[in-house]
Amino acid sequence: MATHTTMHVEVVTAERELYNGEADELIAPGTEGMLGILPRHAALLTTLKPGTLRIKLNGAEEPLFVSGGFLEVSNNQATVLADTAEHAEEIDQARAEEARRRAQERLAQTTSNTERAELQAALQRAIERLRVSDIVRRRRGPRIEMPQQEQ
Amino acid sequence: MPSTRAIRGRIRSVKNIAQITKALQMVASSKMRRAQERVEQSRPYAEQLRELVSRLARVTGEDVGNLALLKQRPVRNIGYVLITPDRGMSGALSSNINRKAATSALDQQKTFAEQGTRPGVEYVAVGRKGRDFVMRNSFHLTAEFTNYGDRPSLIDASAIAQVATEAFLNESVDVVYMVYPKFINTVTQQPTVAQLLPVQPPGDDSNAGHETIEYIYEPDAASIFEALLPRYIDVQVYQALLETLASFYSAQMVAMKNASDNAKDLIQDLTLTYNKARQAAITTQILEVVSGANA
Repeated sequence: MATHTTMHVEVVTAERELYNGEADELIAPGTEGMLGILPRHAALLTTLKPGTLRIKLNGAEEPLFVSGGFLEVSNNQATVLADTAEHAEEIDQARAEEARRRAQERLAQTTSNTERAELQAALQRAIERLRVSDIVRRRRGPRIEMPQQEQ
Repeated sequence: MPSTRAIRGRIRSVKNIAQITKALQMVASSKMRRAQERVEQSRPYAEQLRELVSRLARVTGEDVGNLALLKQRPVRNIGYVLITPDRGMSGALSSNINRKAATSALDQQKTFAEQGTRPGVEYVAVGRKGRDFVMRNSFHLTAEFTNYGDRPSLIDASAIAQVATEAFLNESVDVVYMVYPKFINTVTQQPTVAQLLPVQPPGDDSNAGHETIEYIYEPDAASIFEALLPRYIDVQVYQALLETLASFYSAQMVAMKNASDNAKDLIQDLTLTYNKARQAAITTQILEVVSGANA
């Protein structure tokens, strides 16, 4: 049992569960702006945009990429329902880089508005993926020890 | 009695069949375990989402009626999303699902006929078995998704959901049902009909403690709800796909086990017949020799 107050954080996608454990702080990319959630936060429900989700515990940090979704906070429990999410280590940098280049190229050519919006979103996702993966490469702090999950 | 040669040939061919069914049984049982795991893994997300939808439906109250995806309207056309396996060798599973869809459609039409309307029925087929069924009966097929493989992603499900949603929003259908085999356990799969559109917010089955929490909404409850609904439909389709796969592999495993057992019985019977025929032939030969010597 930790001596200080923590909160419970769950990160789930439709396909799997990425994080289920305690945390001191959660930083999430809300559609209305970045959100910092500390233990005993008031009940909150918000949509998320593509970006970095940071979970902090005892000075360690776990960065995750989320492509959008929802964040719910209640009873000292934060639940992230992500459309898709990846651990920073899982991100294929070369692929993300390629996706960013492609999106930029096609963005320069397209004229249709709907296509432009789609490409903007794709570009945003690629940029955020690269950002998350960069955090890990330059990381100095330790990882959060994840409780072993049975396969 | 057939000749010993003919019986020997049959024994050989039944043995070959048994080998194949036995192999397929083992493949199916390992794939079933993985398919079941995937169903389990998708559950936390689906449950949280269901809870959010039911809570938001309560909070937004009357405003909800204005959301297009929730709007009930007079039914002129019914849509069915028919989810079936791509492959056979799974006993009666596919035909059970197909029959369920067809009877459900007939029931619907009958109910509406009593009210004086006769709605049309359109199908979106997911999986080859369902598509073949719809084509064979020359029902109206609007879209097909086949070869979805062993690991469908949420994106695959989302594509299916989008076809259904678009048909609903441009009013070519007024209600959408989804038919799929619910995975109960290894030996039981229940063909199930579930309403997909208009979305029916699930009732609150959690304890009433949640009711009292006042949420801060960002941006606001209605917009979150609007963003949530398409996801909710996606996930329903996704879960149905996973359940279909788990059902398919368990049905296949059971069917192949029965086939292997039957083959074993058949081999035993044939071996007995073969030995009898062999003995009969020897007896006849001896009789011939003896009666020849006596003469």
